[in-house]
Amino acid sequence: MIKIVKRDQPSKAIFFFTPVLAIFLTLIAGGIIFYILGFKPFEALKFFFIVPIADKYGFSELLLKATPLCLIAIGLSFCFKSNNWNIGAEGQLTFGAIVSGGVALLFYDQEGFYILPIVILAGAIGGIIYASIPAILKTYFNTNEILVSLMLVYVSKLILDYLVVGPWSNPEGFNFPETRQFSDSARLPLLFEGLRIHAGIFLALAAVIISWFVFYKTYLGFQMKVSGFSLKTAKYAGYKGKKMIILVFLISGACAGLAGVGEITGPIGQLHREVSPDYGFTAIIVAFLGRLHPVGIIFASLVVAITYLGAETAQIFMQIPKYTGQVFQGMILFFLLASDYLLFFKFKFIGSKK
Amino acid sequence: MHKFLIRSFVSSLVLLFTLTVAAVAKDVKAAFVYIGPTGDHGWTYQHDVGRKAVEAAGFKTTYVEGVPESADAERVLRQLANSGHDIIFTTSFGYMNPTNKVAKEFPNVKFEHATGYKREHPNVATYAARFYEGRTILGTIAGTMTKSNVIGYVASFPIPEVIRGINSFTLAAQKVNPNIKTKIVWAFTWYDPGKEAEAAKALIDQGADVIAQHTDSTAIVQMAEKAGVYAFGQASDMDKFAPKAVLTSVENNWGPYYVDRVKAVANGTWSQKDTWHGIGDGMVVISGLDSQMPSDLQAKVKKLQADLASGKVHSFTGPIYDQKGNLMVAEGKTADDGMLAGMMTYVKGVEGDIPK
Repeated sequence: MIKIVKRDQPSKAIFFFTPVLAIFLTLIAGGIIFYILGFKPFEALKFFFIVPIADKYGFSELLLKATPLCLIAIGLSFCFKSNNWNIGAEGQLTFGAIVSGGVALLFYDQEGFYILPIVILAGAIGGIIYASIPAILKTYFNTNEILVSLMLVYVSKLILDYLVVGPWSNPEGFNFPETRQFSDSARLPLLFEGLRIHAGIFLALAAVIISWFVFYKTYLGFQMKVSGFSLKTAKYAGYKGKKMIILVFLISGACAGLAGVGEITGPIGQLHREVSPDYGFTAIIVAFLGRLHPVGIIFASLVVAITYLGAETAQIFMQIPKYTGQVFQGMILFFLLASDYLLFFKFKFIGSKK
Repeated sequence: MHKFLIRSFVSSLVLLFTLTVAAVAKDVKAAFVYIGPTGDHGWTYQHDVGRKAVEAAGFKTTYVEGVPESADAERVLRQLANSGHDIIFTTSFGYMNPTNKVAKEFPNVKFEHATGYKREHPNVATYAARFYEGRTILGTIAGTMTKSNVIGYVASFPIPEVIRGINSFTLAAQKVNPNIKTKIVWAFTWYDPGKEAEAAKALIDQGADVIAQHTDSTAIVQMAEKAGVYAFGQASDMDKFAPKAVLTSVENNWGPYYVDRVKAVANGTWSQKDTWHGIGDGMVVISGLDSQMPSDLQAKVKKLQADLASGKVHSFTGPIYDQKGNLMVAEGKTADDGMLAGMMTYVKGVEGDIPK
């Protein structure tokens, strides 16, 4: 007989094992779905997960796609670790892109080494401003940060719509909803000729290192951890909760804003209505799949990035509907949450009574 | 002698035939990049119908659906160009810059961009349809069928394409009914059933009893069906979604153009151009007319359709005045393509301002 027993303490080994298990289960379930849809499961999985990154270009595209996901997820991990549910990274990304794009447009006909740093800084500030709204409302007015940050996503997209349709639209662009192209000085430098991967990846790597340091080596990291376990304990220990809440939101917003900068000054080169294919939401999956651990997030961002590339390849070569990519993302999160059950419970085999 | 002549004639015919077949059978592969799902029953759906026509003509095709206009478009295009496709159709405006960028890297691959204006490299062509001709027909029907004299119009974005449609529609409606007013709601989306339905509802609440749309979902005709007012299908025949409300639809018929262009690649005759086809070339098609329309209106519409096709009637024939009463097109003149391409003012009879 098998009995389910609650663990005395969540298992550390299982904590890092379940993401791997979730990916494994996703692959099996994905194979079954492909089979039901009438595709050869192994071939489909090959086109989904191996072919897209089999060459240098494909691998560079993987890194390009993973960069914003990693950057945002690192920021979100500050919030999530400390029990602050910032769901609005997409809005912070968009607002960061708006502010930095606005600055880049000011310099549209100029060249100069000073332009790019200003543009990047503007993006971070944009993200910070936008993240400060739910943070301040939460700390001083007790609002629910989930709702506020989520709703602000739509507001930010409407602001972007307004700007690219109206005042910022390209004067030579027949009123189509897009701005001018930025000058080369406002673009992030490419790392290799012919590939799209750009210097933004260093921002993501810097975020990884800094976050690791903050999480495990600083007092702030310890405060976040305690608040994450129990807000009451944190209060009892005398932590100034408000300051911390605002700080984690601002860090999170800065990261999302920088991700927005990376998109518009990297591969896109202008502002238009679709700056991000919902990176801010997908990064939530990445953060949890990476167990809110900086190194885990690197791997998780690569795994999730490949579901985007794989979906395109699978459609081009096998005519598999591209939306299966989103199914995979959903499945990973689903299996991760489901297997978290193992964190707190274990199966116990009990000999039958005679 | 005669025999010899006939024989050589026949053999040369056979030779010509095999040559043609060989040329057509030259493995040309076409790829299509879509903004939405192929099942949207609107814009993307119609492009996919066009793709199927290319398949039926004996060519291999590939498509990628739901490609966002973000940084992803460029990767998809490069992958298609890299994987043996000879001609790539990019079917949304937002693909304009990625299309031109990737075209530069692949001079041997032909690129066809729908609704854009940039042709930066010799292997980039652009194409669009004169949808405004279809809207002249819809305006004629709306102006005749309305009882409240208020016509609702759900618009997407304030770009010349959409303004032109509103104007063409309103001018035609005024011609049959000088008292009508066109009320516009801007949805700021091409495809969002929720927003579109809301916009339609707002117009119906303001007294509109005919609703036209320049967005792509079937939500508007379904809302019209529920409210008991008339509507028109957009991009594809939407009659089955709202049999009572839909009077007719303006269909985008890309198939002939697509087959033409893919064949041109096969024959080696493809060249860069900017195509703008209307009813006459069959790129814009009017669906069957609903039986609720009186027979004299049906006859009128059929004649108008033929006249638009032959060029006897032009959607923008003067005198045309803007909202302030300034003359836009003089009497006896028609608007030229340059004016149409940059049209950013409402004609008289349209209510409200263009959002800035």
